[in-house]
Amino acid sequence: MRRLETAAAWLLGFLWILPLLYAFWTAFHPPEFSTRFVLAAPLTLDNFRRAWEAAPFARYFLNSFMLVTMVLAAQLVLCTLAGYAFARFEFRGKDIAFFLVLVQLMIMPDVLIVENYRTMARLGILDSIPAIGLPYMASAFGIFLLRQTFKTVPRELDEAARVEGAGPLEILWKVYVPLARPVYLAYGLVSVSYHWNNFLWPLIITNSVTSRPVTVGLQVFSSGDQGIDWSVITAATLMTSAPLLIGFLLFQRQFVQSFMRAGIK
Amino acid sequence: MSRSAIHGWLLLLPAFALLALFTHWPVFGTLWDSFHATPKGSRPAPFVGLENYQVMIADEVFWRSLVNNFWYAVGTIPMSIALAILMALWVNSAMAGRTWLRMAFFTPTVLPMIAVANIWLFFFTPQYGLLEQLTGLFGISGRNWLGDPQTALGCVIVVAVWKEAGFFMIFYLAALQSIPPSLAEAAALEGASRAYYFRRIVFPLLMPTTLFVLVNAVINSFRLVDHIVVMTRGGPNNATSLLLFHVYQVGFSFWDTGYAAALTVVLLVILAAFAVGQFVFLDKRVHYQ
Repeated sequence: MRRLETAAAWLLGFLWILPLLYAFWTAFHPPEFSTRFVLAAPLTLDNFRRAWEAAPFARYFLNSFMLVTMVLAAQLVLCTLAGYAFARFEFRGKDIAFFLVLVQLMIMPDVLIVENYRTMARLGILDSIPAIGLPYMASAFGIFLLRQTFKTVPRELDEAARVEGAGPLEILWKVYVPLARPVYLAYGLVSVSYHWNNFLWPLIITNSVTSRPVTVGLQVFSSGDQGIDWSVITAATLMTSAPLLIGFLLFQRQFVQSFMRAGIK
Repeated sequence: MSRSAIHGWLLLLPAFALLALFTHWPVFGTLWDSFHATPKGSRPAPFVGLENYQVMIADEVFWRSLVNNFWYAVGTIPMSIALAILMALWVNSAMAGRTWLRMAFFTPTVLPMIAVANIWLFFFTPQYGLLEQLTGLFGISGRNWLGDPQTALGCVIVVAVWKEAGFFMIFYLAALQSIPPSLAEAAALEGASRAYYFRRIVFPLLMPTTLFVLVNAVINSFRLVDHIVVMTRGGPNNATSLLLFHVYQVGFSFWDTGYAAALTVVLLVILAAFAVGQFVFLDKRVHYQ
């Protein structure tokens, strides 16, 4: 019985990884072997070279990198300040304000594409990297996560710093932020993988090589005049997933624990 | 106002300004625009009352998308939750190769949906795709899985389940690890079977996690359409068009933003209904405190 269960688990695991194995096979072998599975098939990096030369992927990678960095930096600052306000300050309207923040957990920017497009047009920043990131910068999830974390900090530490004459921002920086380090790591990983992978909104708001992230670049590339050269498309596909995939394989434990930590708060 | 209040609001201000601009305002903007025609040039859009909604009632693609979205939710949510629980139980047990299994299950989560959709597209390709080669072994070849209205939605559901299950597994794994091992020991002493132990003890203890995952799964079933754009573009014959995909098409392929706003209102009403339901049925603890 136990052995049967292990076999079932392994089968499911194999099925789960199969699409990726398939992509690896096609990307690393010459096109004539893309759907023929012969052990003697020669390995090649030619598909990656052709993909890299066929579209401005270097620029797309740079755009994605800038986008992810900009969004994360803004999120860390905004969510830290707001989370601190909700955790440690008393003011009238706090509950309503908190409710208004939580609204974003249900109605995410992903579904408000029509209005946000209009807003970006009014602001005159269509087709720019900040336009991709702006709707996500004040993240309800981040504010909630940091509020929960800051609430667990003992008040005595807070008061000790206040007695020494530290102001609210200094206390935040010296007491709260260092104690929340694992949560920042967790949030950072979740945020980076979300925004590296995000597609629909960037697809709508960008229109040129200088602002497209890799996901949109990949779509433009694979639906373009490449026809159905699967070898090149799978190579490009693996290329765009590579940074996260390699990061995940190297820091598997941290990744899994971070997603866990972000989930149980 | 006290000093504490001033500080509190000042700390809140930057995040709140952005939230107001890109979440709260657009909700009202959507409603407002849904009663107006699509603006032409720089002239302001004229008020048209319920005209966009009348168009909607007559729009077959809208109804089709709504029905599809319902089946998409029914297809993805229970399946991905059941698989996630199964995966978590396996990964949490003393099974051989469980680190490898955890990696295999979780990998789809970190990959871009658009990238994996490309791989799956290849997988489903007629004539030489992997699925066709596998089914060919059993003599049932010649199917165009994504091109047939009968099977296309099913294919899209499979991809979504594959992408999500490993992500939900993580939450169950965290919950399972917080169950004290003494419970399993006590159950074993009493001679309870593993199935009985799971049904009467583990599953009820996982309930808060299930509710949390459920909410996430519901939101995802209305939010995640990346793979539709790559794999089917809503086709064949609108068989895989989902609500948000229809909004995208109307708003950014046909540029009928007035009507797209009305369609977004429907999406918002559905999400708001789930939010209210969550507040009513869920323990408040899940969000507050």
